[in-house]
Amino acid sequence: MKRVALVGMPNTGKSTLFNRITGGNARVANWPGLTVELASHRVLLGGSMVQLVDLPGIYDLTGGAEDEQVAQRFLAETELDAVLLVLNATQLDRQLALALQLKSVGARLIVALNMADEAKRGGFDIDTDALGEALGSPVLKISAKYGHGVDGLKALLATSLSQKPARLDFARLRPAEASRDAEAALYAQAVHRPPTLPPGPTQKLDGWLLHPLAGLPLFVVMMAMLFQLTYAIGTPLQDGFEALLGSVKDAWLVPLTGGLPEFLSGLILSGVWDGVTTVLTFAPLIFVFFCLMAVIEDSGYFARAAFMMDGIMARVGLDGRGFVMLMMGFGCNVPALMGTRVIRDHKARLLTMLTIPFSLCSARLQIFLFFAGALFGPRQAPWVLLSLYFASIFIALGTAFLFRKRFASREPFALELPPYRLPVMKYVVFRGWNECKSFLKLATTMIVIGVVAVWLLTNYPNPQHSYAEVIANFFQPLLSPIGIQAELSIALLFGFVAKEVVLGALAVIVGADGAQLATHLAQTLDPVSAYSFMLFALTYVPCVATIAAMKKESKSTAFTAFSVVWSLVLAWVLSFVFYQGARALGF
Amino acid sequence: MILKLAQLQVQRPARVKAVGTSAELAQRLAALGLRPGREVEVVRRGWLGGPLQLKVGGTEFMLRRVEAALIEVVEPAVAPATPSHASGVAA
Ligand SMILES: Nc1nc2c(ncn2[C@@H]2O[C@H](COP(=O)(O)OP(=O)(O)OP(=O)(O)O)[C@@H](O)[C@H]2O)c(=O)[nH]1
Ligand SMILES: [Mg+2]
Repeated sequence: MKRVALVGMPNTGKSTLFNRITGGNARVANWPGLTVELASHRVLLGGSMVQLVDLPGIYDLTGGAEDEQVAQRFLAETELDAVLLVLNATQLDRQLALALQLKSVGARLIVALNMADEAKRGGFDIDTDALGEALGSPVLKISAKYGHGVDGLKALLATSLSQKPARLDFARLRPAEASRDAEAALYAQAVHRPPTLPPGPTQKLDGWLLHPLAGLPLFVVMMAMLFQLTYAIGTPLQDGFEALLGSVKDAWLVPLTGGLPEFLSGLILSGVWDGVTTVLTFAPLIFVFFCLMAVIEDSGYFARAAFMMDGIMARVGLDGRGFVMLMMGFGCNVPALMGTRVIRDHKARLLTMLTIPFSLCSARLQIFLFFAGALFGPRQAPWVLLSLYFASIFIALGTAFLFRKRFASREPFALELPPYRLPVMKYVVFRGWNECKSFLKLATTMIVIGVVAVWLLTNYPNPQHSYAEVIANFFQPLLSPIGIQAELSIALLFGFVAKEVVLGALAVIVGADGAQLATHLAQTLDPVSAYSFMLFALTYVPCVATIAAMKKESKSTAFTAFSVVWSLVLAWVLSFVFYQGARALGF
Repeated sequence: MILKLAQLQVQRPARVKAVGTSAELAQRLAALGLRPGREVEVVRRGWLGGPLQLKVGGTEFMLRRVEAALIEVVEPAVAPATPSHASGVAA
């Protein structure tokens, strides 16, 4: 099989092009350094199978960050039929050097000048023939986002893979500096643009979003809007879905299981069904939340968040990129942990990784949505949520602050601020759907297993004196000072595996689903104990997948163990202080 | 006049003279377009001692002030014409 690598500087649209050509679903965001791992997909081009490999972005062939080394290692070790080099057509003044450097190691280049739409708007006049001649390779203008020129590129790829595959010759690698003069000459020869341009929309927007006084309030307003919108759009969908599932249970499942032995019908109805459907009803909310996150990711705001927060982040021993990783963690902590690969300094990276498990991921969001809805009025609930997000950021930064000496570093970094870009509706929905799908997959495997286990624990040896009760009693001395009662402690225990299981487990323990469970919680909890529970659930270990990712990225068992223990201790201390403090104040 | 990039006034383009950072950062900066001979502009300074937003050619990026203090730039001898001045000439 033929093999083609997608190479280019960060944020030039490699993953967008990869998706375009292969129909794959690599993640795309307007943030340099999103892709940190190889992704490959096969595609039929002109009668032969071609494996297209999407690489992390590289500035040159000698960069030292982990994500760049992933790309370099692949390029050094793999036989390639061609290198599809993606350059940002509006930044050729600094990106042509990569083409020259690749040329010097003997790469068979096909050069795609991406973002042709932006280049046109910016008044660039690019002579692709002159570039092609100088580079000795075909050069094409494309727009991966809108699909312009991609068919031509595919046709070109199909016809230019006839030579024997070869490895790049890194022995001949010259430093990027050696190409700078040639780059400048080539740029002067092939690219023309009007000398001055009036400030575009990006400059105007930045004037507001990066304003020293208005910037942070605008960020908070944006976050608040994110939750208000998630609520406003998602909740009616959720209610409808819940009603639908409820009628399915009454109309089909109850009669169907009527003839089964009590043990089986109990397991199916109040075990699997109640547990899983309670979790499933959150699928619409997850979908809406990730659609909105995709809009933010693809707009270019992340880099602005990094800029605005860097001053504060520096004081806790991190940098602006760490803040963006926390925001990525709002989706799922695992990709955020991997995203730290862009940080070169090992200690800086470890400190950033230590903070990420505190980032309030969508699985925890689901628990908090439920609790906030059950115990607080519809007007307070979004604010309770927002307060938890602030708690999440505060705990993360506080942790970094406490350990900043232990992981002291001063990594210099320069981070690109790409222009704002309009999100494409299709990708936004696509992203929401993909996250929804993996959530559903989890719900139908892990959660079923978890829920069945909880059901067995709560019903054996008999419902009055079950194993669950034994376990709950064991933890009671530890958890009652923080206001967490027996039924919740079992759910927390299972939440260690994955937070998605918590609600399902609760439904089974209480023996009620959805709305009934909410009523039950409202009767047995008060706002203080509920918030204490949420604070604990926010802070202690997110899930085993995060622990595994932590271990893989840090390559240190001791560090991973430290992170787990720290989060457990901190969770208890925070909830204790909150709960006892609130009680002492008379709440 | 030679001065440090960290001291350059906002929105007053200057020419890069020397990049005195670590070789590794210099390499990254060069890849972002900032290298001797090129024109650089400080678009804005971050609040709370935050980084500088720099613009070189078609690329904008952020760099912390400590590192910007290691980069020397030369301000053009003649101040660039202000819009009001230019329109005065035209009239
Ligand atoms: N205007 C415009 N935007 C594009 C085009 N292609 C990609 N983009 C946008 O550019 C941003 C970066 O795209 P990605 O595909 O994630 O870039 P990448 O090269 O994979 O980035 P890294 O993984 O960080 O190296 C996204 O916001 C895309 O929507 C294009 O042709 N025109
Ligand atoms: Mg990518």
